[in-house]
Amino acid sequence: MSAAAPAVDAPGQGRVFLAVLRRDVYVTWGEFPVFLAQVILQPFFLLFVFGKVLGSLGYTRAGYANLLFPGLLALTSVITSMQTLAFPLVIEFGWTKEIEDRLLAPMSTGLVAAEKVLFAALRSLIATTIMIPIGILVLGSVPWRWSGLPVFLPIVLLGSLLGAGLGLVLGTLVRPNRINIVFSLVFTPLLFTGCSQYPWPSLARLRWFQVITAGNPMTYVSEGLRAAMIPSVPHITPWICFTALLGSLVVLMAIGTRGFYRRAID
Amino acid sequence: MASAAPAAVSVRALVKRYPKSSVNAVDEVSFEVRPGEVFGLLGPNGAGKTTTVGVLTTRVRPTSGSAEVAGVDVVRDPVRARSFLAVIPQRSNLDRALSIRNNLIFHAAYHGVPAQERGRRADTLLEQFGLGDRASQKPDLFSGGQAQRVMVARALMHAPRVLFLDEPSTGLDPAARLFLWERLAELKERGVTLVLTTHDMDEAAALADRVGIMDHGKLLALDTPEALMRSVPGGTTLELTTHLADGQEADAVVAALGRLAEVERVERVDPVSANGASARGSEAGPGSAERRSRELCVRLYVSGDAPLLVAPAAATLAAQGLTLAAVKLGIPSLEDVFIDLTGRALR
Repeated sequence: MSAAAPAVDAPGQGRVFLAVLRRDVYVTWGEFPVFLAQVILQPFFLLFVFGKVLGSLGYTRAGYANLLFPGLLALTSVITSMQTLAFPLVIEFGWTKEIEDRLLAPMSTGLVAAEKVLFAALRSLIATTIMIPIGILVLGSVPWRWSGLPVFLPIVLLGSLLGAGLGLVLGTLVRPNRINIVFSLVFTPLLFTGCSQYPWPSLARLRWFQVITAGNPMTYVSEGLRAAMIPSVPHITPWICFTALLGSLVVLMAIGTRGFYRRAID
Repeated sequence: MASAAPAAVSVRALVKRYPKSSVNAVDEVSFEVRPGEVFGLLGPNGAGKTTTVGVLTTRVRPTSGSAEVAGVDVVRDPVRARSFLAVIPQRSNLDRALSIRNNLIFHAAYHGVPAQERGRRADTLLEQFGLGDRASQKPDLFSGGQAQRVMVARALMHAPRVLFLDEPSTGLDPAARLFLWERLAELKERGVTLVLTTHDMDEAAALADRVGIMDHGKLLALDTPEALMRSVPGGTTLELTTHLADGQEADAVVAALGRLAEVERVERVDPVSANGASARGSEAGPGSAERRSRELCVRLYVSGDAPLLVAPAAATLAAQGLTLAAVKLGIPSLEDVFIDLTGRALR
């Protein structure tokens, strides 16, 4: 133990934040194929079966694939960031304690949570972007409108943050021994009540279900993307989507951050 | 203790009560650790050691009182405090997604060690800890002792002023424990302050300059291991066995031994239990009982060094025409200190 390393001055918190972010990027980069499989497989099969197979067999009407595609982008953006954040967080807090090295870095605890959210959102944005060429590949074409971009981009961003918020809440509330139960109880309903497979206004004929879906914030991501990509289909107007998403985000982040602090500091 | 240098660790009237608990996990604890000192917190599970260290390492918010590490208030400025401390937990918390070397390198990055410096430090430390050939492996397959070595190396990457170790020897095999103790001794020589929690008396006695004994959230005693052991009333004893001649009075012998310097008190003890043989009388035959009746066993409570008293005691017996047949030294351990303080055994 000859080389006495000189003590290090406390670095700026921004630098620490970037170092932690770099760790996450490094790990994801090292397992990029796994990451792709993890995030793409589910929306890919939904797209393939509902958009391609059922359409080819004549069980869905022409144009359904166009209606489905924005919904699947919404699903990808929300679910990817939720999974990115929630699963590892439950394990790290409850079992491996891997997060401790980052909690003991000279950075505020809130920033550790913020890094998790940012990184989850980044992964989700990448996954959502990748879904577009996959959509073209599976369906032949996707409903794309450059003029819809000013709505598309913020909705996708909000969707990925929404998923991160959900992930933060679940990841800090769920105990490792409950992980399977809670995730199937949350994940499946979220998947099917988020209007990714059907436009919300068309549910008027199924009023009770329409009310339920209105309570799922993912609905507003699906509807916002429909507004951006296929405005001809009846949809919830973007400003309602933005308001609902921002409101959900504020609530989820508040609960999630509180949960994170509670897990990080006794 | 008028030391000019500020304390490495300072805890004042620290109280921690967890929500929904009716008692304080840490109850008005105060102590200071000097720079370069090895400080041990000894106590059973649930004594409040880990909570105390949790406050010092910014992971537990105290209910009241104050705590400082390297002069930084850990409650008011936890971010700065973290750059001066490192924690080695009981169980591995290594980053399983990263290789051993990258565990070290990213840890250094989190602590702002310049990029060009990280690799050099990591390689040096991995060599010192005998991990050079495993640098590229992930920690999943490491044993507890190996993972702990990695964690110590990782902790040293940002050259902390104070290193906190939670039950460092728990679960280690003897070789790994020895390796750890040697590394810790080297760290001490380098001037790193070490604070360790342990319920292992041997570990506390072997490593710590001073030991704080905790139980039920309170700090019961705080001193060097030697002073603590000396403090046990009647702790140091010398037991002597001899065989009385027919008609010889035991009281005269006891009185003579009691006049020796540094002997505080003499008492006769039952030869059977004193000799450490079976305490069950049923095992002894009638013949041996008769012989034992002439056996005299006395316990001397000694204020000084008991071994030095063996020769004078033998001389005293010889003056009475007796031969010293058996000697047993009773040097108190930290365990005895604990029993003396709490009335029960540590484990």
